[in-house]
Amino acid sequence: MSWLALITFLPLAGALLLTIVPGDRTTLLRGITFGVTLVVAAMGLAVWSSFDSALATAQFVTEREWFTLPGGTVVHFKLGVDGISILLVTLTTVLLPIVVLSTPGHIRIRVKEFMIWLLVMETGMLGVFLALDLVFFYFFWEISLVPLYFMLGIWGGERRLYATIKFFLYTVAGSLVMLIAAIALIYRAESSDILELTEWAAASDLHVQGWLFAGFALAFAIKVPLLPFHTWLADAHTEAPTSGSVLLAGVLLKMGTYGLLRFGVAMFPAAAIEAAPLFMVLGTLGIVYGAFLAMAQTDIKRLIACSSISHLGFVVLGLFALNQAGIRGSVLQMVNHGLSTGLLFLLVGMIYERRHTRALHDFGGLAAVMPVFAFFFVIAMLSSIGLPGLNGFVGEWLILLGSFQASPWLAAFAVLGVIFGAVYLLMATRKLLFGPIVHAENRTLTDLNGREIGLMVPVVLLCLWIGVQPNAFLDKTSASIDVVLERLDEARADQRVGRAVEQDRAPEGAESR
Amino acid sequence: MQSANFLWWIPGLPLLGSIVAGILHFVELRARKRSPGDRTYGATAAWCAVAAVGAAFVLGLIGFGALLEVGETGTLTSASWRWIDTGGFDVNVGMVLDRLSSVMVLVVTGVGFLIHVYAVGYMKGDPGYAKFFAYLNLFVAMMLLLVLSDSLPGLFVGWEGVGLCSYLLIGFWYEKGFPAEAAQKAFVVNRIGDACFLLGMFVLAGLFGSLDIATIDAGVRGVLADPERQGQLALAALLLFGGACGKSAQIPLFVWLPDAMAGPTPVSALIHAATMVTAGVYMVVRMNPLFAACPNVLYFIGTIGALTALVAGSTALVQRDLKKVLAYSTISQLGFMFLALGCGAWATAIFHLVTHAFFKALLFLGAGSVIHGMHEEQDMHRMGGLRKHMPRTFITFVAGAAALSGLPLLSGFFSKDEILAHAFADGGPYLLLWGVGIATAAMTAYYSWRMVALTFFGQERFDVATVEPHESPAVMTVPLMVLAVLAVVGGALGLPAVFHVQNLLGDWLAPVLAEGNELLFGAAPPHMSPATEWVLLGLGAALALAFAHKGFHDYRDGTAADARFASERPAAARFLGGAWGVDKAYATWIVQPVKLLAFLIAVVIDQFAIDGLVNGAGAGARRLGMRVRRLADGSIATYGLWMGSVTALLAFLWMWMGVR
Repeated sequence: MSWLALITFLPLAGALLLTIVPGDRTTLLRGITFGVTLVVAAMGLAVWSSFDSALATAQFVTEREWFTLPGGTVVHFKLGVDGISILLVTLTTVLLPIVVLSTPGHIRIRVKEFMIWLLVMETGMLGVFLALDLVFFYFFWEISLVPLYFMLGIWGGERRLYATIKFFLYTVAGSLVMLIAAIALIYRAESSDILELTEWAAASDLHVQGWLFAGFALAFAIKVPLLPFHTWLADAHTEAPTSGSVLLAGVLLKMGTYGLLRFGVAMFPAAAIEAAPLFMVLGTLGIVYGAFLAMAQTDIKRLIACSSISHLGFVVLGLFALNQAGIRGSVLQMVNHGLSTGLLFLLVGMIYERRHTRALHDFGGLAAVMPVFAFFFVIAMLSSIGLPGLNGFVGEWLILLGSFQASPWLAAFAVLGVIFGAVYLLMATRKLLFGPIVHAENRTLTDLNGREIGLMVPVVLLCLWIGVQPNAFLDKTSASIDVVLERLDEARADQRVGRAVEQDRAPEGAESR
Repeated sequence: MQSANFLWWIPGLPLLGSIVAGILHFVELRARKRSPGDRTYGATAAWCAVAAVGAAFVLGLIGFGALLEVGETGTLTSASWRWIDTGGFDVNVGMVLDRLSSVMVLVVTGVGFLIHVYAVGYMKGDPGYAKFFAYLNLFVAMMLLLVLSDSLPGLFVGWEGVGLCSYLLIGFWYEKGFPAEAAQKAFVVNRIGDACFLLGMFVLAGLFGSLDIATIDAGVRGVLADPERQGQLALAALLLFGGACGKSAQIPLFVWLPDAMAGPTPVSALIHAATMVTAGVYMVVRMNPLFAACPNVLYFIGTIGALTALVAGSTALVQRDLKKVLAYSTISQLGFMFLALGCGAWATAIFHLVTHAFFKALLFLGAGSVIHGMHEEQDMHRMGGLRKHMPRTFITFVAGAAALSGLPLLSGFFSKDEILAHAFADGGPYLLLWGVGIATAAMTAYYSWRMVALTFFGQERFDVATVEPHESPAVMTVPLMVLAVLAVVGGALGLPAVFHVQNLLGDWLAPVLAEGNELLFGAAPPHMSPATEWVLLGLGAALALAFAHKGFHDYRDGTAADARFASERPAAARFLGGAWGVDKAYATWIVQPVKLLAFLIAVVIDQFAIDGLVNGAGAGARRLGMRVRRLADGSIATYGLWMGSVTALLAFLWMWMGVR
């Protein structure tokens, strides 16, 4: 059993173990879950530290035949990690123990089921990032969605049914489109190995690439979510329990942006070049649109959910800048958003557990009664609005630099997001923390306890570390991104040749292809 | 170039002080749970902070000493931090002490040290004592980072860092609603400028392939030779100036500074008068070859500066709030500095920056002493006659006002006069700016002495028995006296050529500015005959004296002149009182439309249009949802069954399609 297989399936084993623990032993259940996630996190960090930044190809690869598809294609059980996935894998493993630690505050019923779903979800998410076989990838993609569906439906807020159905519909729509594209791809290429598929797809002509790209990109765009497929997100976030929101923002949305990079840009470079203007425009619109949405919210959790739309707009913008700075920034920003928005959701959860309301007008002046809470909230807010020295700045700056090289006008428009981001988050901070205390209930609130502080400290330290020494993270990704960029350059060169040929032929009236 | 890693300690020490003070703040909060009145940690934090800034000042002096020995163009440089690898070029941050940054370091740490000492007295008894010093020290650290950085991204870290500290300190008394709103406004308005700055950096990265300031300085000539890229150069300069407009409160982004007065007065003195707001001026001087290569942009900067000086200066004429007068005066004086930059008078801008740091910090601290002694009263109409009650504050305040109004031989006289002389010497369209400048100088003298008269002279317009105005303790008045001396003699740093003595600051800075001067003026910088210079000096002195006299005379007996102006010219009084209506225009034309648009997007587009479509589709699936809810009964077996059947279904679908 290799490291990666162990990392991926240990949580699932933990989930199986939990099924034999009686449901009323909640402390034991939580303890086991925490222990399992902690071990996985340790292994994740081990993979991180022994990952060789100089290699562009997948590392720690483990491969075994799984089954044969009708038509003879052999599906492999294949896992591996490269520069594109390493950050997200480590982020996922590190985030899970923190999420488990946050659950005593808001998961009081059906603890056993929740912990089981949590562990199943970890396996699913890690599998998505680690799978190097398309069938295997799809398998994990689906596995990771089911737990969230139940988390929303069972432990969610008042409008959970509505949010659950909406989430389900969007997800199923996306999954089906991807399924069709995946089947078509596997059938055509006669392989399901992602590396082989990438070689095959990059060599195929623009027409084929275009259709396949469209299928994958649509599924991932819904997941990100990219404008105009975003309306499930605010509802899902608002109704989800805190830990669900943290995982949704921290990891699940990144499956979309990860997919766009792995199966969009890297696999279909020619199509990505053609589609780049569309995605850059949608990303930029998302940045500004999400910011305006956030500005109009009165529910703090919904406000943060809307801010995710804006932040992920940055990620998509950077990806489709299709250059070094843009893609580097996007990969880093996937992690940054997970940390800062995850932190914000944790904090909002903590305040909700005390006050049982999320309406901004129910708060005000909390800084006076909860100074430690205020301290962490302000740091999370600053990280989210991209203050230099914290993580958010580096990603945003690289994305803007890259997109400025690709399209100065769009970058100039996207910079509005930097301004509006400050507007809505500072407004929320002011209404939550500052001003006089107008509601008597807020006077007696207790400040954060040791557990709550302890679970946030590692995240805050990570935010600082990335902000001060981003190269430790960027270096891990650069070799793999270089390969993607080389493919893009080849595709650009091919297109130029293709266009030249077309122009030569055009006067003769011959077919263009 | 001499390597000097100790430079990192110049911002490093205040940063450490800030962390220590911050930890002490939380320790104190814990201690107070047991004994509510505990203040011991606060005092320790305060003195740690003072020591940290003091030590940074000493390091600045050591650096200055070392700089004297490395020759005219020599610099001290630290090892640099490889911060962001963009894939194309590396963003490095290193500390560099040259003739320009050394002046700034000494001003920031020197004036900063005095203000820290003053704050030890001023903030005494505040429950957030330790927190205040943590923020103040963090500010000094960020300002020093801004000043010492050798690359634009490094400078930008300090640039946004001081903005953050400004935000935290304006909103320091957040329990009152207004400071929190003012803090938010300051941050957002600054962010508009910062967004421009970001774009400016991207343009420069495209032009020079690097964001190291030295590389850009050295490459300007090359870019200038290429006509296709000249326009980009001007665009970059304009965008960077946009950043300066935010930080240094110039038209159209000055609206945050008057509101920023909601912060504690030492903050106004340090951040919103002496140091942070001058960051824009420093940045332009730092990048002088870039700006010098774009004369049109320079003229634009000069125009904005002159207009800002006029708008803010005239607004200061009618304010009743003591701190508001000083706030508008600060904006106006910053306008003068940008006017100087517009003329290409880099050294003069720095000269005015330095003297302004002395006298405006002094005036703010004096105002703080008054407010302290008057139990938080800021309305000058409810003051008067205070010279009897607070003699030391009075004397030092008068020294500051005299320097600000440009009375002959005081610091402000020389620096302001040098700016106007440069505008005059440049001639042509600059004469217009000179005219605006000289008019504003007259207003400055008038409002300065109106302020002195209303505060310290005439009858006491408050109940002496209940208010009991009192002089502040020595920890506050000693910094006032030191600053008063500097405000009086600071002009010696840059005496005019006709005095036939060395222009200390001008000569000191000349090597750093050589490239900019040569690009802008070539071999022949604009020159003035001694006779013209004498005439201009005389004119400046006469105007200052006349309007100082008139301002003082109009208000020495009370507030009647204000009432008369308001009744005779109500429209003008309203116009000036509201700072030419700029704030209101923002509210009407930007803030309200943005709010409306946010509402439209959130409700009409998102909920009705997009979600309407989604919900239409969703209604069909409601029955499915009901069924799912029944399934979700919590038993693992049911879930397992459910998952199994869905997987089977998908597998079937997939095989069916795959075979086809």
